[in-house]
Amino acid sequence: MMSLVLIAIGLLMASALAALLLSRDPRLATICGVGGAMLAGLVGLIPSLRVLLTGAHESFIMAWCMPGGSLHIGLDAVSAVFLIPIFLLTALAALYGGTYLRPFWGKRAIGFSWFCFNLLTACLILVVVARNGLLFLMAWEGMSLASFFLVVFEHDKKAAREAGWLYLVATHLGTAFLLILFALLGREAHSLDFDRIGALAPGIANAVFLLAVIGFGTKAGFMPLHVWLPEAHPAAPSHVSAVLSGVMIKTGIYGLVRTLILLGHPLAWWGWVLVGIGLSSGILGVVYALAQHDLKRLLAYHSVENIGIIVMGLGLGVLGLSTGHPLVAQLGFGGALLHVVNHALFKGLLFLGAGAVAHSTGTRDMDRLGGMAKAMPWTALTFIIGAAAIAGLPPLNGFVSEFLMYYGALLACLPGGIANPLPAVILVAGLALIGGLAAACFAKAFGIVFLGEPRTDAARKAHECGFLMRLPMIILAAVCILIGFGAPWAVAALKPAVAGLTSVPAAQIFGGTERPMVLLMELTIGFATVTGLVILLGFIRKRLLKNRPVRQAPTWDCGYAAPTPRMQYTASSFALWFVDAFRWILRTERHRSLPQGYFPNTAFMTTETPDGFRELVFRPVFAQIRWALASLRWIQHGRLQLYILYIAATLLALLIWYASCL
Amino acid sequence: MNAIPLIHMSVALVLAPLLLGVINRTKARIAGRDGTPLLQLYFDLWKLMHKGAVYSHATTWVFRAGPLIGLASVLGALLLTPFGKSSAVMAFDGDLVLFVYWLGLMRFVTVLAALDTGSSFEGMGASREVFFSALAEPAFLLGLLGLARVTNAISLSTILPGVTAVTWLSTGPALALIAAAWLVILLAENARIPVDDPNTHLELTMIHEVMVLDHGGPDLGLILYGAALKLWVMGALLVSLLTPVRHGVAWQDTLVFLGGMLILAVAIGLIEGAMARLRLTRVPQLLMGASALAALALILIIK
Repeated sequence: MMSLVLIAIGLLMASALAALLLSRDPRLATICGVGGAMLAGLVGLIPSLRVLLTGAHESFIMAWCMPGGSLHIGLDAVSAVFLIPIFLLTALAALYGGTYLRPFWGKRAIGFSWFCFNLLTACLILVVVARNGLLFLMAWEGMSLASFFLVVFEHDKKAAREAGWLYLVATHLGTAFLLILFALLGREAHSLDFDRIGALAPGIANAVFLLAVIGFGTKAGFMPLHVWLPEAHPAAPSHVSAVLSGVMIKTGIYGLVRTLILLGHPLAWWGWVLVGIGLSSGILGVVYALAQHDLKRLLAYHSVENIGIIVMGLGLGVLGLSTGHPLVAQLGFGGALLHVVNHALFKGLLFLGAGAVAHSTGTRDMDRLGGMAKAMPWTALTFIIGAAAIAGLPPLNGFVSEFLMYYGALLACLPGGIANPLPAVILVAGLALIGGLAAACFAKAFGIVFLGEPRTDAARKAHECGFLMRLPMIILAAVCILIGFGAPWAVAALKPAVAGLTSVPAAQIFGGTERPMVLLMELTIGFATVTGLVILLGFIRKRLLKNRPVRQAPTWDCGYAAPTPRMQYTASSFALWFVDAFRWILRTERHRSLPQGYFPNTAFMTTETPDGFRELVFRPVFAQIRWALASLRWIQHGRLQLYILYIAATLLALLIWYASCL
Repeated sequence: MNAIPLIHMSVALVLAPLLLGVINRTKARIAGRDGTPLLQLYFDLWKLMHKGAVYSHATTWVFRAGPLIGLASVLGALLLTPFGKSSAVMAFDGDLVLFVYWLGLMRFVTVLAALDTGSSFEGMGASREVFFSALAEPAFLLGLLGLARVTNAISLSTILPGVTAVTWLSTGPALALIAAAWLVILLAENARIPVDDPNTHLELTMIHEVMVLDHGGPDLGLILYGAALKLWVMGALLVSLLTPVRHGVAWQDTLVFLGGMLILAVAIGLIEGAMARLRLTRVPQLLMGASALAALALILIIK
């Protein structure tokens, strides 16, 4: 089984190189890139699904020339939970990207783009299966670099370049914390192999936990370490945004989960920290999303929100473990892991949908779109499914994962639950508030973009995207529905993974086959009943309207005779209540010139919501750092010989130090 | 499956539109009018079901699916609503979350159907609806969480019957706070005064009514019936909380519950008759107040 994962990585590497070598011919490069990614996805899904269902643990160990252990990769159920979305989403995104990048043929480096895409996929897989600190960091770095080049695909645009640099700096700052983390672990265990790491002293465990929260949190986009995310994700081509938001940021969650497994029994305050981070990321993420006009930026902020939900679930799991409430822990971890998969599905779907709209109209500004559902029926149908799923509405997959967390938190709140139920209360109220705000935000995103009348000529000329771009969206939407209705089976499949996190045998997870499983079946029955009722009501209405006049007329306009599409409510006006209520966080900037005099001519108003943490925290801090480092500028000459001298001098110094240590 | 919950549910399905008749009658009496017949909504529904339909050029299938999914989801919530102190058709641990989210789905599709018309008035109503409900939802769940802890249960059908006279004696103040919070949420979510005035004639000031301006015929009928059911399910929870008596004799419990619903409808009518609609900018403060009450109740319960 492990060999299939290795074959998938090999396929990706080979197709990446082939795409690079064939970059003269964009068609061949695309075929290589897409074919490699899809084939690898198919090959890789087999072992991942098998390990997920059986809970088997497989590994592959080889000696290598690097210090600190062996070339050790392994596949357990926890890795499989993360691998499945990686394989599925990258394969579908590649299929979509093949058509999506078509307009750039001959203008941009298509071959290089596919090289980076497949390299990114290979590194994502390697990060999740690596069982050695050094290998993990190498894959982590490869992932960061490949995604940097994908973000700056349109490097002639200033916004894309700036987003790329911001991302590169942020990701390397995060990696710096991870270097310390693995150095610390390696010093304690005398090896960088994960399986050699045993029990740690409490002080070290606490330090490792905090380093992991910062280091992995930067990649995952914890508020306030998220500042790179709303810049980088919209700047990338849409199939890349789908992969970045859907699976790449989840490697941060994976890292945190793996660290929790390595650390063993957690402390209660870790749970408090995680719930707190989750709550702030969740609420602030959705609030910032509500204020956006750019569809892809809105989706990027929703990734911060969903990461917040996942982290709240992990926090609940940690609290359950540390206070000795296994069922609470299992439900928290189970909800978080299922949400990892779910978010990959619907966020991938939504980014692909947003890309289809941008592809067809040339704009991502929601206030310039409208009425796309008529021109793009398939995109609209799949987008609304994704929107309802991400808002956590039944009967879709987002509800199932949030239900598990709610259930765990409710159990924790009962008199026999955890001693101080405040985090669980926060989780319930927070999830409800986030759910309400997310539903509002996706009512806006779908309603303004797809419903009503087209607001501009660009939107009027929209057309449905090609079959190869539609198919991935349809598949993702179908899986969202499938996990929603198949909740008992989807959750049962997670048992081995949750067992890996809670060190309880898989058969006993979620109380064996008892309550939680029966109750998930009730959810399915409820979903099916309501779906049946919708069909029944539709049938009744059809019968009622038979032989009766059914007419078309203009929308009721209150007697005003000349309505225009520009009079429709816009994304900004829809969100005004929220922007107003949260203005103390958002600090939305308004630029306007109001109509004046009896015969006013021009008037305009624009609003913009820059990221508060970036403007008020990171920009001043980095300005200070730059000022402080300016005095060291003399060591940078730009002369190659001197740089080589620096390297030689450093190596010599290290050699002397090493020799003196012996 | 037991037949009694199904009978209870049919009673709810039949009686729900009557609540609005009682409210309107009470309101009219306070104003010194005779008012519309008690059965007015039944007549309206009957008439609407016999009409044809007019759809706007701007709309798509989303507009037509809205009333269907909306009514079906409130029916989904009704399946989970206990009838007074007796269990609902479907009852399982955590069903309260599904209850809240079914109402959320109903709101989501209503809002999308409104946006589908391209009318700025309907956009306005949709924007208000999503904002107010985003504030109301956490307050409602916090109240339920408090009750769950008091009764040591996490299903609507065990929580609400668990609230007895003994519970009221031991944690009365907290329960009263929750009831007050729920009453505010009930008024806000069901487009009643002081949040929304169902009788207003100016589109600019409406919330719920303005979202359904373009619906007509059977579609409007489905929406009106759905709104009546929503009032019923939320009212049923409040009445079950406020009537801590249980005889164990089926017809007596039914009478107590239906009497409670009647009193609730009269009370809503009295509130509507006694006060004016709040300015829209005051509504968030009212809802935040409800959240604060629910949070305070929870603090009293957890201590």
